[in-house]
Amino acid sequence: MANQLQELLGRFLPEPFDWLALTVLQILLLTVCVILCVAYLTLAERKVIGYMQSRIGPNRVGPGGLLQPFADVIKLMLKEVIVPNRSNNFLFVIAPLLAIVPALATWAVIPLFPGFVIADINAGLLYVLALTSLGVYGVLLAGWATNSKYALLGAMRSAAQIVAYEIAMGFALVGVLMASGSLNLGDIIEAQSGGVSNWFAIWLFPLFIVYFISGVAETNRAPFDVAEGESEIVAGFHVEYSGIAFAIFFLAEYANIILIAALTSVMFCGGWESPFAGWAFLQGTVLAGIAAPGLAWFALKIAFFLFCFLWFRATFPRYRYDQIMRLGWKIFIPVTIVWIVVECGMLLLKIGPWSVVS
Amino acid sequence: MAEQIVFYAFSGLLIIAALGVVVSRNPIYAVMSLVTCFVTSAAIWLLLEAEFLAMILVLVYVGAVMVLFVFVVMMQDIESATLSARFAANVWPGLIVGAISLAELLAVIWVRREGLPIAAVPKPHPADYSNTLELGQILYTQYVYAFELAAFLLLLAIVAAIVLTMRDRPGLKKQNISQQVGVRKEDRVRLVKMEPESDA
Repeated sequence: MANQLQELLGRFLPEPFDWLALTVLQILLLTVCVILCVAYLTLAERKVIGYMQSRIGPNRVGPGGLLQPFADVIKLMLKEVIVPNRSNNFLFVIAPLLAIVPALATWAVIPLFPGFVIADINAGLLYVLALTSLGVYGVLLAGWATNSKYALLGAMRSAAQIVAYEIAMGFALVGVLMASGSLNLGDIIEAQSGGVSNWFAIWLFPLFIVYFISGVAETNRAPFDVAEGESEIVAGFHVEYSGIAFAIFFLAEYANIILIAALTSVMFCGGWESPFAGWAFLQGTVLAGIAAPGLAWFALKIAFFLFCFLWFRATFPRYRYDQIMRLGWKIFIPVTIVWIVVECGMLLLKIGPWSVVS
Repeated sequence: MAEQIVFYAFSGLLIIAALGVVVSRNPIYAVMSLVTCFVTSAAIWLLLEAEFLAMILVLVYVGAVMVLFVFVVMMQDIESATLSARFAANVWPGLIVGAISLAELLAVIWVRREGLPIAAVPKPHPADYSNTLELGQILYTQYVYAFELAAFLLLLAIVAAIVLTMRDRPGLKKQNISQQVGVRKEDRVRLVKMEPESDA
């Protein structure tokens, strides 16, 4: 599809510009999709948690509450952005942008379906790690520029948490790249082809759990949301933000959640591969279609992990701050190191689906 | 052509950001300018096909080291008067270091102009060439001892830093985490069975 589009653009535009126009179109399309997903994730969150707590959730705007996200967005856009008096104006305004840009830019290397990825780079995994580590600046600067105690405390908590859990996430991904033998996300998905038994989630189960829980902690979601801590520090780093500036922080948080869900399914659950791919007896039956890879499988996996995020929020009480740090530094990091050593043994003894790679 | 546009754009940005580090009065602006410096030089390294080093630069320096810088700068209230006093004290060492760096840069440009063989332009690699793989192979074979030694030094530094902060003074109240985690319902809650009472 991309090739046909490029041919079409090539008729109107000279050599480097057709490629540029195509990339810009792809980026626009993907960004709009991510933002729409964020809008409906907020609705899903309210609905799912509502039903878990025997409530109905929003059901007034549009059929069954389906237009609620748009009502929220329009309300936030029309509200005034209040800049506190003694704040640092420049950093106060730029901080939401520093939060949203890495959350959206990381999508460039994520393969959505076979043969489609905006930037097919060799160091894709490193790009993901580098960009997600940039997100902390938005939080830190917002907390500092606001010139408020609560905001500064929230920013400190959030930044310390992000830095701590990034290490565990990085170690979990070391296991993935050892197993796949590549830093390219497309190759990582290819390495897990052949059905659910080849997924890294099975062979690297401890790393999978550590990665996903660290992802929940890194996005400051419940039960790790002490950075927000409405009972103690009101709302954390974005306490003084209003209107569209607040909406952008919200957008960044939810875009990061979707990103973590997408990355977990790419790294550990085969991305767009079907879980039934290797099942020979499905061939020639009506069910042959479900063994084919595609965007639907990827979307389904992302939806499952997103549901887990909401489920956790409705289920677990908040951790105490020292317990969060203990979990990250003293439990997750040792677990990942031990499992990497185990994985080295498996690679040497040629146990597991990846023995063909090395 | 496109490569040159990217190179000059990022070089210009890099120079402006580097000036910002030195000139800006607000320490947070200085730190953020340094962050911009790292990110733009990572982009220039990408042009040199050093994608592994570029990503690691962003990951390690921007994602970890500079975050600690921001932490420290936020925590202290630096007066601009003391800053300018320090500037006067450090101006001579700074000038000497600057002069040496400038001389080195000029030497590189001179070598390139003379066309000496050490400055031959490397051939661009094909698209499937993996810089990371090459680096890994050379680090774990040819330079394995140096690599292990560096890793050991870093470990030593981590252990030393942790030991320095673990000072125990008498009368310090601490939480015993394993005791807290191992607590059972029976230790905390006593359920009492009692007959319903009524006034009637």
